[in-house]
Amino acid sequence: MNFELKEEQALLQTTVRAFAKEELLPRAAAIDEAGEFPQAQVDRMAELGLMGIAVPAEYGGAGMDTLSYALAMEEISAGCASCGVIMSVNNSLVCDPILKFGSDQQKKKWLPELASGKKLGCFALSETGTGSDAAAQKATATKDASGWVLSGSKNFITNGNDADLCLVFAMGDKTKGVKGVNAYLVPTDSRGFSVAKNEKKLGIKASSTSQINLDDVRVGPEALLAGECQGFKVAMATLDGGRIGIAAQALGIARQALSEARAYALERQAFGGPIANLQAIQFMLADMAMEVDAARLLIWRAAGLKDKGGRFSTEAAMAKLYASEMSNRVTNKAVQIFGGYGYCKDYPAERHLRDARITEIYEGTSEIQRLVIARSLLTEG
Amino acid sequence: MQLELSGAQQTIVESTRRLAATTLAPTTAARARAHEIPREVMLAIARAGLIGVNLDKKWGGAQAGVVAYAAAVRELAYADPAVAVTMAVTNMVAEVIAAFGSEEQKISYLPKLARGDFFAGAFALSEPGAGSDAASLTTRAVPDRDGFVLSGEKLWISHGDQSDVVIVWARTGGPGAKGITCFIVEKGAQGLSAGKPEEKMGIVASHTVPLSLDQVRVPKAARLGAEGDGFKLAMVALDGGRIGVAAQALGIGCRALDLAKARLQALERAGAGAGAGQAAQFALADMAVELDAAWLLVLRAAWLKERKRPFSREAAMAKVFASEAANRAVRAAIDLCGTGALVGDSEASRLLRDCRVTQIYEGTSEVQRLVIARDVLRQGVLS
Repeated sequence: MNFELKEEQALLQTTVRAFAKEELLPRAAAIDEAGEFPQAQVDRMAELGLMGIAVPAEYGGAGMDTLSYALAMEEISAGCASCGVIMSVNNSLVCDPILKFGSDQQKKKWLPELASGKKLGCFALSETGTGSDAAAQKATATKDASGWVLSGSKNFITNGNDADLCLVFAMGDKTKGVKGVNAYLVPTDSRGFSVAKNEKKLGIKASSTSQINLDDVRVGPEALLAGECQGFKVAMATLDGGRIGIAAQALGIARQALSEARAYALERQAFGGPIANLQAIQFMLADMAMEVDAARLLIWRAAGLKDKGGRFSTEAAMAKLYASEMSNRVTNKAVQIFGGYGYCKDYPAERHLRDARITEIYEGTSEIQRLVIARSLLTEG
Repeated sequence: MQLELSGAQQTIVESTRRLAATTLAPTTAARARAHEIPREVMLAIARAGLIGVNLDKKWGGAQAGVVAYAAAVRELAYADPAVAVTMAVTNMVAEVIAAFGSEEQKISYLPKLARGDFFAGAFALSEPGAGSDAASLTTRAVPDRDGFVLSGEKLWISHGDQSDVVIVWARTGGPGAKGITCFIVEKGAQGLSAGKPEEKMGIVASHTVPLSLDQVRVPKAARLGAEGDGFKLAMVALDGGRIGVAAQALGIGCRALDLAKARLQALERAGAGAGAGQAAQFALADMAVELDAAWLLVLRAAWLKERKRPFSREAAMAKVFASEAANRAVRAAIDLCGTGALVGDSEASRLLRDCRVTQIYEGTSEVQRLVIARDVLRQGVLS
């Protein structure tokens, strides 16, 4: 048993913390307000090796472990939650499946550019009619002599408007149901690939969330990831890892909200002293700090298991469920501590609350996580 | 970072689990009915190396560390929370003597505690007018010739009537925390008497008694730590004690989770469909997540203490989180187990009664929150 980080992990944490504080935090309100993709920040994150943390050095990545990824995600998201999700999708949902399921050629072709930030990835599983029920895919992949023709529409695609590469899931063999899904690596400049709509959202507004049309997009055999009928397996394995990233994003948002609430409580005067002297405020801060720590430990546990190569689905679901709900409670309390100021955009508290909300929904809603956890408890003895 | 137990720690968990399953679980209800923990039960606990888990081998301890201690408390509490609290408080008493006692005191008490020669050790801090506000205690210790004379009333003392050694906090100086000193009082000291055990809601096999000190004369050598250091010593002891109570709460919570799980599995086998519905499955999932998070908080606090690093904030977090999570888990288990959980001698209803006190003793949830908040305000969010 050891709760201590390795030297390189601690160093990464310190570096990313300083970067987030100096370069992300001061711009977070402005990019949220503008709703523009933070290209300059993402470029800097790529320079620091954060766009392909777990990608081995031979493919141009940082070659670090899942725990390092979680540490970096917490810090980046504390500075800017939009940057957090942009980074998370590129790492967890695009680099990871290529690394795990890709051919040598696919790895060589895509990983160096994704890890170096020259290209950005997105992950297209959801559709307008299929969110949590991912097995009900409507997009199709029709085989022909030179490959496949992809057709359909994908919805709620993070980074969709800004990505160069899209991991697309489509039904290759309808008769097999969920087992008939294929996964493809599709360049977003392919003919027939288009962004139909960018969503206007409650939070994480600087990251794009797009509806994507696949209008007879032709792909060759080099685009198929992990073989025919392996798509659903790819998606589920990928989302397990993604949940660790989103949990860490939720954690970073919450920690930042707590830090700001603490500072405000020490400064704001009421009833003859700082409100930090009041038990009502102290109890809120205590609960926030305790829950932030609990979430971090659940995340570290899941990351540690993934790094060991064992099963971690249940633990990742626990981390994601707890961290995302914690983040919503904590950011809500932070708004409460700021009072009326917390509701207004002069302070960042309201942004944290808006940014936290999605973490309970994407990459598996809280309800899906609970089903995953309950299933595991009831079937594994 | 490596959150799994070591081989040695795992061995202690497994042997304690076996002991709990064979020696404790079959007779937990009987002990509760009798309102009594038999002498031989505590002897078996000691013989298994569970009194003085974190005590040096030279004092007869297992020297297995704080993580192993927490894990052992959890295993015992899973089977019998009343035995677990007796074991935990006795460990705390032994650790206080080991940390602050003179060589002579250590020789006199530690091997006997660890061997199980003593039924238990008691921790007499609370008074009728001083619970969470321990610094306001009024028991007096007046210097007299070559010792002190102790007078006052203590309240809520776990197994205070059965303990061979009692640590008593008394005022030697002026008001407030700095006027308090700690003493070791032996069973049978003239003037020391225990009242009738309280009739409690839960952990009824463990006695909780008022202690009366009527001109109890102790030698100078009975002073534990320096004069005026009593309050500090109590706080250090309670920081560690909180790890024990948190682990105790988790043992209860884990038992509740297993009862609920077994119930849903039985319903599934009976053809009720997956977990008898999403509502039931969600309740089960929430119990498991909170108990896991709590356990990680307990392990972190234990690990910090083991490494001799500051752990006050972390122990408070572990205690408030674990005790509250366990109480929620027990209530949820009762919901899932249905009316059967509330009739007769049901285990689920015993868990509910046993669990409640974990939010109160060794620092209420409110005191824990103050400890956490003050530390967060002083040190910042990142500890």
